[in-house]
Amino acid sequence: MKRYLPFVIVALVALATLGSGAMLYRAKRSHVTAITEDKTTVVSDAEGPHIRGNPNAPVTLEEYGDFQCPPCGKFAVFLGEVEKEYDSRLRVVFRNFPLKMHEHAREAAIAAEAAGLQGRFWEMHDVLYREQETWSTAPNARELFESYAGTIGLDLDQFRKDMEGEKAKERVDADRHRGESLGIETTPTLFINNQPLEQKDRNPEGIRAVINAALQKKSQS
Amino acid sequence: MTVSRFRTIVYIAVAIVSLAGLADATYLSVQALTGETLGCGGSPDCFRVLGSAYARIKGIPVAFIGVLAYFSAFTFATFAVFGYARARTFLVPTIFAMFLATIWFLYVQAFLLHAYCRYCLFSAAVTFLLTGLIIALPPGRSRSVS
Repeated sequence: MKRYLPFVIVALVALATLGSGAMLYRAKRSHVTAITEDKTTVVSDAEGPHIRGNPNAPVTLEEYGDFQCPPCGKFAVFLGEVEKEYDSRLRVVFRNFPLKMHEHAREAAIAAEAAGLQGRFWEMHDVLYREQETWSTAPNARELFESYAGTIGLDLDQFRKDMEGEKAKERVDADRHRGESLGIETTPTLFINNQPLEQKDRNPEGIRAVINAALQKKSQS
Repeated sequence: MTVSRFRTIVYIAVAIVSLAGLADATYLSVQALTGETLGCGGSPDCFRVLGSAYARIKGIPVAFIGVLAYFSAFTFATFAVFGYARARTFLVPTIFAMFLATIWFLYVQAFLLHAYCRYCLFSAAVTFLLTGLIIALPPGRSRSVS
């Protein structure tokens, strides 16, 4: 019996490792739900989301992003390529999901919304991601946001007022609450035609494959 | 205490400490599988380390390799406890390789990424402990199971 005991112990540890790993995986995997009418009415869009591209495009890619999140910054570069590639067949929706762990994320989101109040949301969106490394580590990110506002041609006094005002903050909070109601915890979280992107598809090839499948589905219906 | 008994105690200690490393590496592997390390949301330093290019070798998360390494160390130590002579032959180079890998990963965290992942530091502590235990082993031949 003693001869076989080490085999038994090793086999039991192997089983325990696989079992606990599987249980942990089930507990930790994403619980993001699809966007349904029920969910969207829980937190409604008072002013409509920020949309770029053809408003009537057959495919909608919706991103919940954090301007200070490095993967969101990398994704923004890829998204630019995808938008050019799919042109009028794709529309992009951006929603703020500033994470508490990022010191300047909420202020950056408010800056983007303040720019949006002057009709320049996407310009600020692009600058914030392009300059992410600079302002993320700056002691006073606000000064940089104001310089970006000047660069993209905003009325600076109005921008400063909007940064302090409630409207931009309310939009950021509404987006975040909407994201939370969908079970979002990390960024970037993507939805393609209201369906959350699965873990296996969170790469350039996977995203293109899901968009292509959505286009094919639309053309058949 | 006889040398043989001391060796057995050390092998038991190696097996138990390896289990702690195995649990840590399993947790990190699950994080890699769920994509937690690819997006922002968890610990920022863990994200910087585990989401970096150094956390994968040809697309395979190093945490998976850690699971295999700790499981191997546990297996060899367990067999050594039961007197399998060859187990020590495999155990020493396995732990030596883990020690070298740990030095590399500490260098990456300290000098290349400038960020420390607490789970990686725990793993480093476990490997250093395993190395210390192996060094403490008195030289000599293990009794073999016929």
